[in-house]
Amino acid sequence: MVMSCNTGADKSNGALSSSAAEKVYVAPGEHDEFYAFISGGFSGQLSVYGLPSGRLFKVIPVFSQDAEKAWGYNEETKPMLNTSYGFVPWDDSHHPDISQTNGEVDGRYVFINGNNTPRIAKIDLSVFETTEIIEIPNSAGNHSSAFVTENTEYVVAGTRFSVPIPQRDISIKDYKGNFKGTLSFISVDPEDGGMDLSFQVLMPGFDYDLAHPGRGASHGWMFFSTYNSEEASTLMEVNASQNDKDFIAAINWKKAEEYIASGQFETMPANYAHNVYSDETHTATSTMKKEVRVLDASKLPGLAYLLPTPKSPHGCDVDPTGEYIVGNGKLSADLTVHSFTKMIAAIENENFEGEAYGIPILKFEDVLAGTVNQAGLGPLHTEFDADGNGYTTFFISSEVVKWKVGTWEVLDRAPCYYSVGHLMIPGGNSRKPYGKYVVAMNKITKDRYLPTGPEVTQSAQLYDISGDKMELLLDFPTVGEPHYAAGIAADKVIGRSRKIFELSENKHEYATTSDADVKVERNGKEVHVYMTTIRSHFNPDNIEGIKVGDKVYFHVTNLEQDYDVPHGISMIGANTSELLIMPGQTETFVWEPKQVGVWPFYCTDFCSALHQEMQGYVRVSPANSSLDLSWSLGED
Amino acid sequence: MKIKSNYLMWAAALLPLLLFVFPLWKITLEAPQYPTPLGMYIHINDFTDANPHDIKNINLMNHYVGMKYIPDAIPEFKVFPAGIIITTIIGLLIAFKANYKWYLYWGILMILLSTAGLYDFYLWEHDYGHDLDPKAIMKFTNPDGSVMGFQPPLFGSKDILNFTAHSYPQPGAYALGLGIALAFVAFFFGKKEKS
Repeated sequence: MVMSCNTGADKSNGALSSSAAEKVYVAPGEHDEFYAFISGGFSGQLSVYGLPSGRLFKVIPVFSQDAEKAWGYNEETKPMLNTSYGFVPWDDSHHPDISQTNGEVDGRYVFINGNNTPRIAKIDLSVFETTEIIEIPNSAGNHSSAFVTENTEYVVAGTRFSVPIPQRDISIKDYKGNFKGTLSFISVDPEDGGMDLSFQVLMPGFDYDLAHPGRGASHGWMFFSTYNSEEASTLMEVNASQNDKDFIAAINWKKAEEYIASGQFETMPANYAHNVYSDETHTATSTMKKEVRVLDASKLPGLAYLLPTPKSPHGCDVDPTGEYIVGNGKLSADLTVHSFTKMIAAIENENFEGEAYGIPILKFEDVLAGTVNQAGLGPLHTEFDADGNGYTTFFISSEVVKWKVGTWEVLDRAPCYYSVGHLMIPGGNSRKPYGKYVVAMNKITKDRYLPTGPEVTQSAQLYDISGDKMELLLDFPTVGEPHYAAGIAADKVIGRSRKIFELSENKHEYATTSDADVKVERNGKEVHVYMTTIRSHFNPDNIEGIKVGDKVYFHVTNLEQDYDVPHGISMIGANTSELLIMPGQTETFVWEPKQVGVWPFYCTDFCSALHQEMQGYVRVSPANSSLDLSWSLGED
Repeated sequence: MKIKSNYLMWAAALLPLLLFVFPLWKITLEAPQYPTPLGMYIHINDFTDANPHDIKNINLMNHYVGMKYIPDAIPEFKVFPAGIIITTIIGLLIAFKANYKWYLYWGILMILLSTAGLYDFYLWEHDYGHDLDPKAIMKFTNPDGSVMGFQPPLFGSKDILNFTAHSYPQPGAYALGLGIALAFVAFFFGKKEKS
């Protein structure tokens, strides 16, 4: 009896664990079903994973310098990190969102916010590189960002901190009434994807925490959670937690477009950087923009409404139908769900509870669709599957809770290890989620992995949600702290992924597209080396006539036109990173030789059987030397 | 239905012109590092990539063992098209004017010329595979001590170091072959018409 019982238990355990392993096993050479774009948090980057395997493919540098890829080090990409504060080598990246067409993720771009120095970046999924960054003026702590409307009309970015607008020298004690928040709408060109800060909505001095777009019937609206409706400015953990309810701010951006069209905006002076990288010139440009159009929600009726929402709501999430807006009241045990239909009815009936700085406050009971009662402690974020279920993370009770949209009953709960923040279902912020997996991203891992000193890995967890019960399948480490993530079926992306850059289309100012054009030119103390690479040599690989005190620009063009054959280059003692040059691309690093001698450079990416031979020398003569420039390849 | 032999000869004479549309031959190189194999089409007047930049990448591979770059143009690119045009004109004249016996002579002429073309191709391949740079980065020898050559097969498949090379005719060659065969068929029908 005992024996058979044990055997049975072993068998069922064995079957269970092998089934979890099988579900995440992607055999060698096979591909994952989904891409997951997971924010890097304080790393400032965006990492690319496969699901269900949890394998890391790439860390895309966005807001932080990356010496591996020369991002922010080479001359071409330095302008991408330019801001109104000058060159900023780091940021805190939080909320990626994938571009959409007709309410479905389309795999063209990923947008992500820089939280600290407010910026929105666009990653082009044909190259998996950051190709545009726009700074957001009148914003501080760009947190309720970067969320995409259902035809990628706008990427929306809201401020966490309210600040004096325009900035001025006033006492912090004068916060109330003097500090304001802005919600920025960045238009995205449907053809070339170009971003433009179309307008900002000026709002009361609350903290704007998170956002999601309306869809379907609620398309044209954007919803932002707020806290600190108390307008406190010190000891926020207490003073911003006094009101029983804060708000979800509903912004009618179609109305905003009408106000813009009829000219009822104020043009404010501003100073913000717009940085664009071109895959033809392989070079970024940074342009300072000098004004922004502002719509004052306090003065323009119909632009904004406030929906009372209990307990400092954090996540603000909209279900796939667009009818339900979830306020995740982080200091509560309940979830508040508002109805878009009821909200419109209340607005039409002008049934207001009051107003804040001229913005109507709707009655809580009028807009409430339902409450998910006592679901857990500290609800933060909600995503949805395709079958009318919501999945909410609870930070304090460290779990994901599945509940039914409409009946608001709790269906299932699964523990997280530990203290889960965001969660992501591929296609979660769209009309069409792929309800197969949920990824939970945790704030703490403690003992889940081998220890690595005081700082341990950050982590995500993958659950199978295809059945009635959620099943934990996999823990996998992440790069930096994962905040939000965005997922998409791989087949929507892979068709657009480029293999090489066509050399014949290289429009870099210093490109050398054939060996005949190789040269070294002196212009005073500036020397420009027009260099090429191809397996397995640099051309030229011997350079003489460089002098101490010169500033030497190595413009290196990779002549390869074969998939996955980048070359790298690094110079002894150069005060910068290597270059990593894709086939057909040109990149530039600067070297300022300080000592007389003969100094080597070499290829840093194992490119071929003769990679170790891919090297060269530069002779550096004294500053007063009269040696002329000369260069060569293969001359004895 | 009665087939007129001179119609067949018209078709036989015109078919080789498809060589100006379709490639004659294709050489494909497979290796584990090339999940999409490298390939080169041989036309009567050009070498072209099977996939963008394939010839450049074949040259890059081959330079390690001292093989010359595949040239942009070879004299055959002038001779072969002229030969096809001339023999087509002759074929058309025969179809228009001549006795059915000439269908046979045209067919035999085409076989001789095609064989000469293939032999020329073989010679080029042999030179390409054996005339190696004495400063080649990597030198390989056969088990008997002789210098290893890298000649692709004229027809069929062959392992060359880490590559498997395939060499097979393409629609242009089939059109030429069909034209020659049709000339013989025309001869056969012409003979029947006479008798």
